[in-house]
Amino acid sequence: MTMTAARSAGAISDQAADVAAAVWSALGTVRDPELDDPLTELGFVSHHDVTPEGEAVVRLRLPTYFCAPNFAYLMVADAYDAVSAVPGVTKADVRLEDHFAADAINTGVAARSGFVESFRGEAADELDELRADFLRKAVLAGTDRVCRSVLAEGVDPARLADLTLADAPEGPDLWRLIDRRHELGLPCADHDALIVDPATGEAVQPDALRLHLGLARATRVSQEANSGVCRGMLAARYPGSKQ
Amino acid sequence: MYEKNGEKYFVVDGHTHFWDASPENWKPGQEQYAKGWIECFHAYQGLGPPETHWSLEEFQKYSEERMMKDVFTDGYVDVAIFQPTNLKQWYTEGFNTVERDALLKEKYPDKFILNTTFDARDGDEGLRKLEADVDRWGCKGVKLYTAEWRGESRGWDLKSPEAARYLEKCRELGIKNIHVHKGPTIWPLDKDAFDVRDIDHAATNFPELNFIVEHVGLPRIEDFCFMAVQEPNVYAGLAVVVGGLMHARPRFFNKVMGELLFWLGEDKLIFGADYAIWEPKWQVEGFVDWKMPDTEEYSDYGPVSVEAKKKILGLNAAKLYDLDVPAELRLEGQPAAEPVAS
Repeated sequence: MTMTAARSAGAISDQAADVAAAVWSALGTVRDPELDDPLTELGFVSHHDVTPEGEAVVRLRLPTYFCAPNFAYLMVADAYDAVSAVPGVTKADVRLEDHFAADAINTGVAARSGFVESFRGEAADELDELRADFLRKAVLAGTDRVCRSVLAEGVDPARLADLTLADAPEGPDLWRLIDRRHELGLPCADHDALIVDPATGEAVQPDALRLHLGLARATRVSQEANSGVCRGMLAARYPGSKQ
Repeated sequence: MYEKNGEKYFVVDGHTHFWDASPENWKPGQEQYAKGWIECFHAYQGLGPPETHWSLEEFQKYSEERMMKDVFTDGYVDVAIFQPTNLKQWYTEGFNTVERDALLKEKYPDKFILNTTFDARDGDEGLRKLEADVDRWGCKGVKLYTAEWRGESRGWDLKSPEAARYLEKCRELGIKNIHVHKGPTIWPLDKDAFDVRDIDHAATNFPELNFIVEHVGLPRIEDFCFMAVQEPNVYAGLAVVVGGLMHARPRFFNKVMGELLFWLGEDKLIFGADYAIWEPKWQVEGFVDWKMPDTEEYSDYGPVSVEAKKKILGLNAAKLYDLDVPAELRLEGQPAAEPVAS
């Protein structure tokens, strides 16, 4: 009897551990929309756990008390959705901590009431357009990354406007770029242009290429520098924690 | 003045504060914000070299003696520009008000430039206050903090007709330098709070004013660069770029400086230490020693000359504020002060 109980408790805890691992993977699909990196990799998940009853408990944290509430809301809402969709999770308790708007965000996300309702009087629209703005920035930054690896293979810069996605070297940078273009509904098949205007999906013409690539580079520098500052701030705020 | 390898640098710290964020000054009912604000600033200090970190208690409120030593005696600064931040919503006497900064300006008139501020939501009363500040202290600049909370309002922007009235008043009063700080909590929250497009609008409509975007529009450097390249009267304030990146993230410091030099050029960049977040000493020394690495990763960016560093560390700001730079600290062939964006 004792053995059976122990075995059964063990089975439950194994199962909970599997679900917890799946929760972690699900959190790895949620990105900071501004930095375009996964929450798990940024160190924004301070705790994750699954109870024997299948309730996923997730705690999120950000680099500062005043991090922008709109991006914070998107991350908490996306994390809530991702975790809720994990098989074996019966309930999701996802909460942001140590943030000036934590209560409004946590309550709004748990009630699935949307951003406008969560910040009544302070916001007129949901955050879809904001998210799309930052996806377009991610496409620009990704274009810089991929074009650099193309040029590193000795391709003549003057030919860049003629290339398609199939001409770029395979790898995480290319996959990420295609993924973001797909998310925005931009052309992302092999035969589509490598360099497109993220607002329209049109191929960038040779005469506009120099300015476009300059903006792509600046966007990448900005995104990576911000990511660096955020990681530094998080480390300063939570010393000793794993980055 | 800073001297290295026989070169002399006139140093203007374009962004300094004399704040009081001690718990005695936290407004009842707003303590969590007052505390959150200064702790956030303190965390930024963590991006500087460890030997320059202060205790939180010291950081909340520092003495006049400490400031004068850190900035002028040890920090090589010739002239420092006060950029006030009121935050009266959270701090009973305000955080870093013009009145508080004026205590030091009146005591050390040659060391400080005192900027005032306005808030476009203040109507006629605010316009009178602006005029009174200029009468009293001869302010030539304002620092605008568009994200300041007030009741239900989380901020304002420079495109509004109310803001245009104030900018018109600045022109009339002889204020020509508009320093703008974008913040994270501007209303409405569903838009990107760091958006710099309202500055574009104001800079086009007020070509005789200079717009210095503090913290180079961080975290939207790309939008800022793209906007600034089209507006001859837009400058970049480097506070946070030097303090927050040069030590903690040197690779990105190289690249961000590279982008700023590429899009705006060396005549448009204004050094600021952002004291007391960071002390000027290590920033000035480090900036003068800094070189753009000569490797493939940075091949889009050119080398940075001694002349460029002299402009960035002080001569550009000296022009904006008509400062009299000692002859041996000027660039060859440069007059003491040039007219600004006439």
